[in-house]
Amino acid sequence: MQWVSHDVLIIGAGLAGMRAALELPAHLDVGVLSKVHPVRSHSGAAQGGINAALREEDSWEDHAFDTVKGSDYLGDQDAIETMCKEAPSDIRQMEQWGVIFSRADDQRIAQRPFGGAGYPRTCYAADRTGHALLHAMYERVLKRNTTVYSEWFLTSVIVEEGQCVGITALNMSTGELFGCRAKAVIMATGGYGRVYLTSSNGLVNTGDGMAAAYRAGAPLMDMEFVQFHPTTLKSNGVLITEGSRGEGGTLINARGDRFMSTYAPNALELASRDVVSRAEQTEINEGRGVDGCVLLDLRHLGRDKIMERLPQIRDLAIKFAGTDPIEVPIPVRPGAHYSMGGIQSNLDGITPVPGLYAAGECSCVSVHGANRLGGNSLLETIVFGRRTGAAAGQFVLDRAMPNPGNHHLDEQHHKIAALMDTNEGDRAGALRQELGTIMNQSVGVFRTQDNLTEAVAQAEVIHTRAQKLWVMDKSRVFNTDLTEALEFQSIVDLARTIAAGALAREECRGAHFREDHPGRDDDNWMKHTIANHSEAGPVLTDHPVTFTRFEPQERTY
Amino acid sequence: MRIEIQIQRFDPDNGQEPTYESFRLEVPRHITVLDAIIQIKDEQDGSVTFRRSCRSAICGSCAMRINGRSGLACDTLVVDELDRFGEIKVQPLAHMPVLRDLAVDMTPFWNRIESVKPWVEREEGTEPEWPVEKETLMPQSFVDELDDVSRCIMCMACFSACEIAEVDDDFLGPAALAKAYRMVADPRDCETGERLSKLNEHGGYWDCTRCNQCVEACPKDVKPMEAIVSLRREAINSGLTDTVGSRHITEFLNIVRQEGRLNEGRMPLKMKMSQPMELLKIMPMAMKMLAKGKLPMPIHPPIPRVREVRRIMDAKGKGESK
Ligand SMILES: Cc1cc2nc3c(=O)[nH]c(=O)nc-3n(C[C@H](O)[C@H](O)[C@H](O)COP(=O)(O)OP(=O)(O)OC[C@H]3O[C@@H](n4cnc5c(N)ncnc54)[C@H](O)[C@@H]3O)c2cc1C
Ligand code: SF4
Ligand code: SF4
Ligand code: FES
Repeated sequence: MQWVSHDVLIIGAGLAGMRAALELPAHLDVGVLSKVHPVRSHSGAAQGGINAALREEDSWEDHAFDTVKGSDYLGDQDAIETMCKEAPSDIRQMEQWGVIFSRADDQRIAQRPFGGAGYPRTCYAADRTGHALLHAMYERVLKRNTTVYSEWFLTSVIVEEGQCVGITALNMSTGELFGCRAKAVIMATGGYGRVYLTSSNGLVNTGDGMAAAYRAGAPLMDMEFVQFHPTTLKSNGVLITEGSRGEGGTLINARGDRFMSTYAPNALELASRDVVSRAEQTEINEGRGVDGCVLLDLRHLGRDKIMERLPQIRDLAIKFAGTDPIEVPIPVRPGAHYSMGGIQSNLDGITPVPGLYAAGECSCVSVHGANRLGGNSLLETIVFGRRTGAAAGQFVLDRAMPNPGNHHLDEQHHKIAALMDTNEGDRAGALRQELGTIMNQSVGVFRTQDNLTEAVAQAEVIHTRAQKLWVMDKSRVFNTDLTEALEFQSIVDLARTIAAGALAREECRGAHFREDHPGRDDDNWMKHTIANHSEAGPVLTDHPVTFTRFEPQERTY
Repeated sequence: MRIEIQIQRFDPDNGQEPTYESFRLEVPRHITVLDAIIQIKDEQDGSVTFRRSCRSAICGSCAMRINGRSGLACDTLVVDELDRFGEIKVQPLAHMPVLRDLAVDMTPFWNRIESVKPWVEREEGTEPEWPVEKETLMPQSFVDELDDVSRCIMCMACFSACEIAEVDDDFLGPAALAKAYRMVADPRDCETGERLSKLNEHGGYWDCTRCNQCVEACPKDVKPMEAIVSLRREAINSGLTDTVGSRHITEFLNIVRQEGRLNEGRMPLKMKMSQPMELLKIMPMAMKMLAKGKLPMPIHPPIPRVREVRRIMDAKGKGESK
């Protein structure tokens, strides 16, 4: 039996995981485990930017207000206040650690306007902000000399007597299973965009950490809130940053009308994402779309501005849509983009399972509530990655190294052997398409009770089929067919919690839009949804929202 | 449209040599090589192995050789390849051990990146302690200067294309050197001198032949070769002259003076003459180059009008080495 030990083991080497690692004191033995090399993590794909009230004219209170309003009052205000207050310091620290931010005329960090924000407070590094942050963070991790298990795949979280005591993982290059004992485990495994058929997320965003924590007894919160980004490319869901609208890009329909003027007369294209996505979907559904899309028009920005501010966007549009935005508008449509829901955790990353922490997109603190503002999730990874690292570092001080039983590893051996031994059943790829289509159609931008009831039932059937997948690849070495099967098992568990939460929540709030229950219902639904795992499927309860200073108002843009 | 893709297959588990396997599939016209391979894995053979994630040319996972050229599969359109080559053959990146099919073991590449200490090293006592009250002031022109090198996604396409990486296991390679330049040029870094002198050694910036292959392969337009040239310039400007590199420049000029052109075969010989041990060190590489037909012959006659070349050089006052 193979076991390794670490004081603190971090699962995930995106921004949240690596930021947590950097906060842990040097005398602790820290391991970081990731299914892809750290710089391949999806954080690197973030384009637009990261929010902080850096300038004197701006204030963290304004940032907090915009965030609370954006969240449709479901965000926990204590966490939001903390994030917005600490943001400027974290951005400056990242800058001093080596991030090359774009600069304003006064040589300070440049900031651009972003949707839902009352002030241009989104810091950026051209249109590759996530890439700049991720590489700088990785460079710091190298400097700290941390043990990184690169291309190791988390297969389960071990909980004994209600406490998290370690994990099991597959070393992908050899196919060996390992157990890792840890005094604390920090989950930082990112989002679950790949539950949907069309998504801006990388193919690795399958929510494994959330699913593993959920199966081990950690509650998931607000899973029904999935953000659909208004501008993803038709062919493959690749994202066109909101920065393109921040720089002045407009949305037009087949008639050439700037349709946002009917849906959000003031904020127009820079209204909150849920508002813009629904407007687009309505245009498309009512026959004013172009081939299932609307058009993002950048032409009036002119060649120079496009080349300077949005060069990557231009490349993506040329490559994947065959259109040069300098000359032709880009066809775009809404696509699953961000997972507001996640492992229930507080503002120090503490989850209801002692020893288990969560940070970044896989957590639900909740700072985004029912709808995340652009530029706030990169910020969340850094602020709460840091805070979670600090909290876990404290927690392990007087804790002995746990000694989980070998049967945890045996169970995983059996599970994997069962997948490897069959030569029949569904292939993960085909089932993923099937489930993704259902999620797109029934648990997407617009939702109804009938569709959701159907989706819940179908997801249950697919869940059963997913327990016996056919892994064609029988090799031990770098078996991605096996890991795709395991990923699909994560996807289907999470899909069930999303559909169940969406069916239960009979109101419209943020990204969750029930056509059969118009309007926000603060009397009955100003609360978080909690999903607990059971053999029969998710069991739902709720949890109160924390208020500090902002009273709920109607949300208009 | 109906296409055929040939994929190089290899599994250390079955002990067989790499072979090409051919797959036929129906695809939409506007499809990338990566999406086509994903379709093969989903629909035909789940054991086809490769790395991928973002499918938008930003994570660096999917670099491979497509019709012999190193690049990103998610950034390469099937139709373009068919137009140019009439076929699609994919292989793993070169110069690294193959792990499985199209996935190479990247450890040696990451070790090279790590060896250049790719982080901003700050003066003692200026590490930013939280809370950080101020950012460093920096004009946008600095940012622009670093723009090329800061685009690198560590995909390794350049290394796979580099001819020196092929023959010299010690060569740091284009990406690591571009990263080193990124740090050298960063005004916040305090180790410029140490970095430059370390990379002045064998394996560093003087070992590049400026063949431009890395620039052509790079999907993010990082232009590693230009970064290498900048490192050399910085090195000479900072007074690092008694080195392999500046000897190189000196010998370069001497040979051109004698023969009227650069004789690449003589260069290494001349340079290492004074150090027999050094000459021994490059022999294995020379043998490898010879075997691959890449070693230029050391003896060939001066060009007919060599005198004119000398006159030009003298006129420029740069003909003699100092
Ligand atoms: C296209 C795109 C653009 C975006 N743009 C912006 C933006 O402009 N501004 C903004 O604020 N936000 C943006 N976001 C959102 C933001 O990028 C993410 O929310 C954030 O980067 C998530 O970081 P993370 O550290 O939580 O997770 P990630 O960076 O996704 O990292 C997850 C890590 O977990 C590891 N992992 C996952 N599963 C396993 C497993 N089974 N075993 C081992 N390891 C595992 C992965 O290998 C990876 O290292 C964007 C998102 C997308 C998709
Ligand atoms: S220019 Fe230099 S670094 Fe680039 S491929 Fe050629 S030899 Fe290698
Ligand atoms: S320099 Fe270009 S080719 Fe080389 S690793 Fe970086 S992005 Fe890839
Ligand atoms: S899949 Fe990320 S670079 Fe190609």
